[in-house]
Amino acid sequence: MSRRIAPSTRRELEAAAIALLASVAVGSLLMVIYGVAPGRVWLAMLEETTRDPYAFGEMLYRATGLVLCGLSVALALDAGLFNIGAEGQMTAGVLACAVVGAALPSDTPSFIAIPICLAAAAGGGAAIGALVGVLRAKRNAHEVITSIMLNYIVAGVALWIGNAVLFRGGTTRGGQIVDGAKLPDLGLSGSAANWSIAIAIVMVVLLAWLRSRTTWGQAWRAVGRDPEAARSVGISVGRIQIMVMTGAGALAGLAAANFVMGHKHAFEEGLGRNTGFIGISVALLGRTNPVGVAFAAIALGFLSAGGLAVGHVVPKELTEMLQGVVVLAVAISSVWVHRRAIAGERPPSEKVAA
Amino acid sequence: MTVAIEARVTKRYGAREVLHDATLTVRAGTVHALVGENGAGKSTLVKVIAGVVRAESGALAVAGKSVVLGSWDRKQARAAGIGIVQQHGASAQTLSVVENAVLGAEGGPVLSLAGPAAKLRALGAQIGLPIDPAARVEDLGLGAAQRAEIVAALHHGATTLILDEPTAVLAPVEVESLLATLRALAAEGKTIVIVTHKLDEVRAVADAVTVLRDGSTVATFEGTPDVAAIARAMVGEEMPRPMPLEPPPPTAPRALSVDTLSVGRDLSAVSLDVKRGEIVGVAGVDGNGQRELVLAIAGLVKSRGTVRIGDRDASRDSPARRLAAGLAHIPEDRQHGGLIADLTVAENLALNRKDITGRFQIDRDAVRRNAVKRIAELDIRPADSDAIVRELSGGNQQKVVVGRELSRPNLRVVVAAQPTRGVDLGAVAKLHDRLRAAAKAGAGVLVVSADLDELLALCHRIVVLLRGRVVGGLAADELRAASAREQLGLFMTGGAKEGAA
Repeated sequence: MSRRIAPSTRRELEAAAIALLASVAVGSLLMVIYGVAPGRVWLAMLEETTRDPYAFGEMLYRATGLVLCGLSVALALDAGLFNIGAEGQMTAGVLACAVVGAALPSDTPSFIAIPICLAAAAGGGAAIGALVGVLRAKRNAHEVITSIMLNYIVAGVALWIGNAVLFRGGTTRGGQIVDGAKLPDLGLSGSAANWSIAIAIVMVVLLAWLRSRTTWGQAWRAVGRDPEAARSVGISVGRIQIMVMTGAGALAGLAAANFVMGHKHAFEEGLGRNTGFIGISVALLGRTNPVGVAFAAIALGFLSAGGLAVGHVVPKELTEMLQGVVVLAVAISSVWVHRRAIAGERPPSEKVAA
Repeated sequence: MTVAIEARVTKRYGAREVLHDATLTVRAGTVHALVGENGAGKSTLVKVIAGVVRAESGALAVAGKSVVLGSWDRKQARAAGIGIVQQHGASAQTLSVVENAVLGAEGGPVLSLAGPAAKLRALGAQIGLPIDPAARVEDLGLGAAQRAEIVAALHHGATTLILDEPTAVLAPVEVESLLATLRALAAEGKTIVIVTHKLDEVRAVADAVTVLRDGSTVATFEGTPDVAAIARAMVGEEMPRPMPLEPPPPTAPRALSVDTLSVGRDLSAVSLDVKRGEIVGVAGVDGNGQRELVLAIAGLVKSRGTVRIGDRDASRDSPARRLAAGLAHIPEDRQHGGLIADLTVAENLALNRKDITGRFQIDRDAVRRNAVKRIAELDIRPADSDAIVRELSGGNQQKVVVGRELSRPNLRVVVAAQPTRGVDLGAVAKLHDRLRAAAKAGAGVLVVSADLDELLALCHRIVVLLRGRVVGGLAADELRAASAREQLGLFMTGGAKEGAA
């Protein structure tokens, strides 16, 4: 029996492809209105981000944070939960990672400091995610509401802690993490790209494996698609929701590895800002599939870094708008593809396995 | 006599032809039954005629006038006097009956409901289908919602009324009254097309019968229907006869015992036992506590009282614990509770079955082997373990549920709710076989069904629920009596004195 692409997978790919094409079309239209030739701009973006090591590195730096936040949203979505709170979970991770990293004895070796800081980053995000999960599972409080609200709370608390304790004389920057906790950069012309990209890749592989090859993944996908059925075969829906939100929080928190351990080496006000929100776009564009999320993160990282690189031709606001356009396009195309699938709904097919 | 509908239709969904030159000719003023197994194309054919879906090719004449099938839509069909009541209803749940009735036929931006409401009420009363135009559809039972749709269709001037499996969700009494109404409507000159796969209904109501198989018309019958001939035409072979199952000895140990089990106000102190090797039926009109009884046994709703699975007091156990203790649960609604429609057949057959998948990392070979085995055992079609369950017919979806549940290791108790609802005849026989086999292998089987024929064919004993209580039942010897159906009917409708099984 030869492998064939399942119709559902094909639909997901179609939806993502249509969304990307539509975004490019809308972006081109905006460029025409702005008075530049779209072809030239797209080409320049491609050229800059592939030929200029600095722009390439910036793209990877952005994509790294986006992969982790995108996985966070995607994991939750796969289990039927809409995690709008990746932003807050990421911030909690950044704060925890930076505080722990700065508090370690200055001669802590890397093989101890890095795992500890990663654990702090994941733990900070996980704590916020777990709270959302528990509220959902035990009190049936909707995760969209609680996670949005927690975004504000975490941002406020982080700033407050920063002002009260961390920030050094008149700056909005806390103390440096110890040298052992720093992740080396990738050496791309001084760009921010760093070895946390390896963590992102490991997480993509880990999540893809958990999702398709383990009973955990089977359980969370069941809960996401039909909680009633999941319950009736003995899956504890609440427990899965708590586990998934904890995991989602941990993934968003791990983005701190990129921002704190790999780049800024300290807690800074606004560090990584908006990565959690764009992570929602990444998850939607990636159709909640971990590998899809990785590609979506690169696509949005490209828009963001490429947009900066061609900033002398088109304003960067234009490429920022495109990130929003991508989300709209995904939302519309997935509805469209889904509707078409229903219209072509096949009664029992006697299809012969090829 | 004039011809109300003459149709010849070919319809494809994607690459698959669901109707191949299917023909249907309906004389005006008759009740015409359209029968066939699930997936035979009955629903598609009537949807084409009613303008709900568009056909690729063919011809359609309504009241002798040819129409253009390529542009035939619901609006034209309605104007031509064709009303349709679809299988799962087509009412907006949060709107009232009258709002649904005027939906799409408002005639202007300002909505006036008082006039239509009065007309609907009067029309309903006149034809013996009383309805409350102000009631919200979501508050109505399935039977009442269906009545409302029939009245609304007639209100729009339908002269030909198409009903797609109208009795699938109705209790026996409701079925009888619906069929009587249909006969009365036909006597008034209306033309009725009823899609069904229940042959006793065909016998009760139809003037003529058209049989579809695999998208083609294979037979038509006029006059008093020969049920056996129809059944043969439907399945294309002699119907499989159920094998009788020996009742367990009186000394057989109990597999399931339920003691004073209550769920809110829906189930009141119900007690019953099922022995190992025994099949016990629970009869009753839908909505008399059957659903709650099953959910309470499975641990899916809060309940009081005790549930014992084998020797274990499972009253406080989680659903997972109960399954581990030897319970198999075939839920009432497979679409929403028994299956994950977007996952594959293989995945559904091993859903949360750690005995197959392994505790953490999924043993994909084992999952596949299990799927291949169940597919062969239950004749699941297509025989493809990677098929997405959503794309299977209702009968094959149900086989997947049954395949997973009855293959549980250390099976002690099977609780099956409406195990063959909306399932075609061939699959029914298969599913019944599996339930009998489970009992034969020593499990206690509790079958809840609105279909008395099903219970009479399967069960050693039947109890009847009415308003959440056990109001009576028939023991093994009573079930064989000619009056068994009538007896059960009396219990179900509260027409009999209460008595214990």
